[in-house]
Amino acid sequence: MQKSFDLKKFLSNNAIVILIVLLAILTGFTTKNFFKLTNFGNLVLNVSPRFIIACGVSGCLITKGTDLSAGRAVGLAACLSAMMLQSIDYSARMLPWMPDIPWPVALVIVMFIMGCFGAVNGVVISILKVPPFIATLGMQTIIYGLCSLITNNQPMGGYKQSYLSIANGSVAGVIPYLLIFALIIGGYFWFLYNKTRHGKYMYAIGGNENAAQVAGVNVQASLIRIYVLAGCMYALAGFLVGAKAGGASTATGMGYELEAIAACTIGGVSANGGVGRVGGILIGVLVFEILKICLQFLGVDPAYTYIAQGLVIVIAVALDLRKYLQKK
Amino acid sequence: MSEYRLEMHNVVKTFPGVKALNGAQLNLRPGTVHALMGENGAGKSTLMKCMFGIYHMDEGEVIYEGERVQIKGPLDALNRGIAMVHQELQPIPERSIGENIYVGRYPTKKIGPLTVIDHDKMYEDAAKVLKEVHLNYEPKAHLGSLSVSQMQLVEIAKAVSADCKVLILDEPTSSLTAAEVEALFTIIDELRSKGVSIVYISHKMDEILRISDEVTIMRDGQYIGTWSSKDLTTDFIITKMVGRELSELYPVRENIPGEVVFSVENFTSINPKSFRNITFELKKGEILGVAGLVGAQRTELMEGLFGLRAHTSGKITYKGQELKISQPRDAINNSIAMLTEDRRATGILGVLSIADNVSIASLNQYLIGGVMLDDAKIEKLVQDNVAKLSIKTPSSRTQIQSLSGGNQQKVLISRWLANNPDVFIMDEPTRGIDVGAKYEIYCIIAEMAKQGKSIIMISSEMSELIGMSDRIMVMCDGRVTGFIDGKEANQENIMALATQFE
Repeated sequence: MQKSFDLKKFLSNNAIVILIVLLAILTGFTTKNFFKLTNFGNLVLNVSPRFIIACGVSGCLITKGTDLSAGRAVGLAACLSAMMLQSIDYSARMLPWMPDIPWPVALVIVMFIMGCFGAVNGVVISILKVPPFIATLGMQTIIYGLCSLITNNQPMGGYKQSYLSIANGSVAGVIPYLLIFALIIGGYFWFLYNKTRHGKYMYAIGGNENAAQVAGVNVQASLIRIYVLAGCMYALAGFLVGAKAGGASTATGMGYELEAIAACTIGGVSANGGVGRVGGILIGVLVFEILKICLQFLGVDPAYTYIAQGLVIVIAVALDLRKYLQKK
Repeated sequence: MSEYRLEMHNVVKTFPGVKALNGAQLNLRPGTVHALMGENGAGKSTLMKCMFGIYHMDEGEVIYEGERVQIKGPLDALNRGIAMVHQELQPIPERSIGENIYVGRYPTKKIGPLTVIDHDKMYEDAAKVLKEVHLNYEPKAHLGSLSVSQMQLVEIAKAVSADCKVLILDEPTSSLTAAEVEALFTIIDELRSKGVSIVYISHKMDEILRISDEVTIMRDGQYIGTWSSKDLTTDFIITKMVGRELSELYPVRENIPGEVVFSVENFTSINPKSFRNITFELKKGEILGVAGLVGAQRTELMEGLFGLRAHTSGKITYKGQELKISQPRDAINNSIAMLTEDRRATGILGVLSIADNVSIASLNQYLIGGVMLDDAKIEKLVQDNVAKLSIKTPSSRTQIQSLSGGNQQKVLISRWLANNPDVFIMDEPTRGIDVGAKYEIYCIIAEMAKQGKSIIMISSEMSELIGMSDRIMVMCDGRVTGFIDGKEANQENIMALATQFE
């Protein structure tokens, strides 16, 4: 009796993950090439930057906030990287005066700039008390406008080889650099969330912001740090996405915020705040990416894919909230 | 038809982590005032919320006028003639008195195909029921223009307007002056003579013995018994309420108040209606009780001292040094701790573990190399506290929200003890905690005082204040109206100061 109850609970708590794994098995046996190594390699390359974005947005979600500017921030970061890392002999350089700078320098500059946008988000949310949904929705539009402005709405390409090889290269031909970036970020976030004061404060704010303040947590500083860090992660992800695509435009990164939020929610980051683990986020990103690949393999019209993704997001949040409603 | 108008039998209601009601019962005769008594957390309000349909009971039955009924919600209860005046009023101050009385059940009329609210009838009827509760107010006036006690009368008017047969009054006098209490009693008498059954919840013994016909006593969610009021004495009631002899209610205190360590001078809130010109001193190893009625601004004052509320002027001195406190961190860094009144809202981090809840205010102490937290050290802290305060929990990883109120409170005390505070402000430290755990909390407080910590304890329970305090500071309407030595304190001299309105 007790055992069957537990099984039911397990199924309901992990419904989406289970359904998508079943879908993957179904797709695997009904289509060709699904279980091929190349497909798996693609999965890794797609998951890596998305996992980094999801890590960035997870702090916002755990503190009961959100960041709708994530996708556009990724786009702006990709465009900024493009402007700095176009090949010096490429004829249509966006900034002809830009010297040849090594990619790590460009990455640091982009992270700094996007960190500033994150800081603005954090200040608006924690000090001006604008609801995160509204604050970051505004920021989303602002970033998009700025991105259009600085790129003249022109797509960019012609990257130098060292930048491109970040996305295409691998260690000993086996471990893609992208995966290494993702692993480092994953490890960093795991450490941050589990072993530092910042992590504990973040969970405390998400669990009960007023109580955290009474306990002496500097809520405002913590929130600003979270949004700055998120901005830096969008910068890194945008940098990688640009390298992977070999080009960038104002359309880069569109809709990534919803994918990241969905992945977090599927992975157990609660919309009620205070709950969420890095391992869960990784599972969420993987599962969401597998869903997309499955639909692609099954030949589903991209329009339906969007509908399916949207439904998954809403259902994931509904299932998550149900866990808490039951306890009332 | 039975002799009772309403009966509740074997009511069970469970909330996460606590069994609020376990075999509660109540038998209500027509035309009587029935007092429902018990300590905070005994389940009185919960039982009434079950009767009124706000909560659905897990087990048990309600028999109303001889029939077994299921009350689906407050509106259903009102339609059946059961009305409730809540402990915490739920007014809509921006709307008129009339609208507040008829909210949710406005009288309507037809204009062609449309059904619209009949405002004329609503205000006419409202004027009538206001007269019944002796409140001479224009029903079109904003509710917000009334005082708290007048709002309470509006709530009673609301109940009267529903032609209620059962009226639940949950601590109706907690914010009233003596004259207002008299006025309320007149209204209660009139309702009783009209045959209304009144459930009267209060902590005030003298009121109970005066107004009620019968008394039902509850303890820990259980039914203890029902007695006719004329046979009862205060001592008997208290003994039944707490389930032990009075002499065993509070631990023997061995603390010896020393020199003054903490003093407050002319402390005034930024809000003119809140605390003002507060001056008091606190000695080392002293337990200072803080008494006052609802609205006396005791909590506001303490939150002001702790940096949760802004103040305009005033001086806080700690060990001869003036403190600047503008946020809780400032207070914490100066060895001040505060247990807030509302555990759920500003105390526990519900979804987080016991370990996280204990360590959150003192994480700076467990760093390795200034960055990484030492999990082993935190675990040791938690285990020490679990043992020392006998916190009942399956493990340190358990979510705090699954613990009972008493254990949650102990976890929160542990949180502050980890910082080794010198001044510990405790706002209603035993609210919503069962009797056994209360005694343990008292022991912890007594032990802290013995170790030389200074304690400020706000409480709304007279006996707790008298039983635990070395000195009692009484507040009324934002001012300190006097100090009473713990040994000389009694209900009368505290109430006299607590009702000293300007």
